[in-house]
Amino acid sequence: MTLTGNATAVSASEREGTPAPKLRRMRPNRYTAAPLILISANVVLFALFFVWPAVIGFGYSFTDYTGVGDPQFVGAKNYLDLVGDPSFYSALLRTLEFTLMVVPLSYVVSLLIANFMVSKYAKGKPVARIIFFLPWLVSPIITGVVWRWLFGENFGLVNFVIESLGGKPVPWQSNANLSLLVVVFAATWAGMAFSMLLFIAAIKNVPTSYYEAAALDGAGPARLFFSITLPNIAPTSFIVILLTTIGTMKEYALFVSLNNGGPGTDNNLLVQYIYQTGFQRGQIGYASAASFVLMIILMAVALIQLAVNRKAASR
Amino acid sequence: MSTSADMRTKAVLPNEAARPASRKRRMAPGELGRHLSTTTLLWVFAIGFAFPLLWFILSSFKPAGDLFSYPLTLLPKQWTLTGYATAWQSFNFAQYFGNTIVVACVTTVLTVAASCATGYALAKYSNRWLKVFFVCILATTMLPTEVMLAPSFLVVRDLGLYNSLAGIIVPSILTATGVLMFRAFFLTVPDDLVEAARIDGARELSIFFRIMVPLSRPIMVTLAIFSFQWRWNDYIWPLLVLNDPNKFTLQIGIESIVGAQNINWSVLLGASVISMIPLVLIYLVFQKYVMNANINAGLKD
Repeated sequence: MTLTGNATAVSASEREGTPAPKLRRMRPNRYTAAPLILISANVVLFALFFVWPAVIGFGYSFTDYTGVGDPQFVGAKNYLDLVGDPSFYSALLRTLEFTLMVVPLSYVVSLLIANFMVSKYAKGKPVARIIFFLPWLVSPIITGVVWRWLFGENFGLVNFVIESLGGKPVPWQSNANLSLLVVVFAATWAGMAFSMLLFIAAIKNVPTSYYEAAALDGAGPARLFFSITLPNIAPTSFIVILLTTIGTMKEYALFVSLNNGGPGTDNNLLVQYIYQTGFQRGQIGYASAASFVLMIILMAVALIQLAVNRKAASR
Repeated sequence: MSTSADMRTKAVLPNEAARPASRKRRMAPGELGRHLSTTTLLWVFAIGFAFPLLWFILSSFKPAGDLFSYPLTLLPKQWTLTGYATAWQSFNFAQYFGNTIVVACVTTVLTVAASCATGYALAKYSNRWLKVFFVCILATTMLPTEVMLAPSFLVVRDLGLYNSLAGIIVPSILTATGVLMFRAFFLTVPDDLVEAARIDGARELSIFFRIMVPLSRPIMVTLAIFSFQWRWNDYIWPLLVLNDPNKFTLQIGIESIVGAQNINWSVLLGASVISMIPLVLIYLVFQKYVMNANINAGLKD
């Protein structure tokens, strides 16, 4: 009985719903009431804070609601305006660029460090563990402050070192792309620990007999990693990529404190765009429409990843 | 099972050719070489990760006048706590601290309870409604607060929770991560355990409370730490819901320093470091629950 075998067996019976439910239908009360009681709190919260906002958000996205007064139905005007709004496009594009940089970088770095952290060859793991985990404790706002302090254009340590070595100061704040790059570093730095943790747990759950057998057959460390570790932690990889993608696409606080979406509005991401239209300009209807576009993107991302994962699992 | 067998053959076959060379290389310097290289790489990363924070904390002990004086020095020429003192005095820090602690603690307790119950139900029971709800929970990972800012705000306002700490707490109780953590854990608990208890005549809910809740204690601590950290560090939702400066949380307070026209770095450094202390302490005390979150503990078949 291996763990992976267990997990696939469970998900298989879940999907097909074979003999088990039939048996249970004979005694419906006992097996229906108990779980319903157990999930009741979360069902209520789900209805209140997910279904309700989603429904009224969808409704308001077709109105010119400003938060007060009566909303006027304006049809698809908000969505049409969005399509023609260049600042929405640039926010959307910037969000995608940011995500496409953070997700792979974060995945590789966290998986690499997780491997070091389970390696019997590495020394000083208990201390390294604390170091790797500290950034996770730091809030996005403070993370932004820390990296702003490090990469300040006129006062940061990085530019000081570059200048001391005879280089020219790098415009970390006034160049939009460099500024985004700093946020990418900061986001990776801050988010790595959580992924690393999931990877460490997953790698530890791979049966050691697999490694022993392969090592006996002469497999080197790289081969062990790609042929045993990687396939066996595939479900964790899926979760990590999904969570990182979603976390990255909704990033806001980090930008607020690191560069406030700047220089100018060059690094405004979608959430910042939604916040500004909805709460600073009071266009709730319009912001709701933008929210829906973001939601559809996140759903699409999740569904694509789910499909890929299913395909990989059934292979 | 067949997949792992496939994998093993795949792993072995292409390696056959490279075998003698690699064996020789590994044998000659022995284990020492691998110890050295792995340890070095690990510590290169560790120092890289530690550096931003180290520089930040060391800078916070510099006097305000030295912060920008070139050449920059890693260690303060003269250690001082004035940044901290000014930060503590110039803001309503004690109040922010208290508010943040209340929010983080209350939400954490409620989150752990709700997630444990839901995760168990989703793992150990099977019916159509549970499957639907499981999909709903998964969907919430794609519906973070940030995505529904405006409508969520309207809902909280209509529930009369605007400008109250409850307005931050209640909407944050349901977390997909928590539910999924507990579900994953309870999936690893053998069904035999539940069946045996049923045969012994235990009622469904008492199986949960008497057997499953105690079993899941490590997950509870882990989720509690996560939840505390999430709520401690929350920014955008408290920013929207809270209007009264007396109810502000730490993150909003600190952001107000960053948002100023001229950032007072001395105060900002001090305030930021102070705000990190509670989480670091909690982590250092409970770190084994975070790092060794070995979901299988004690349940080996």
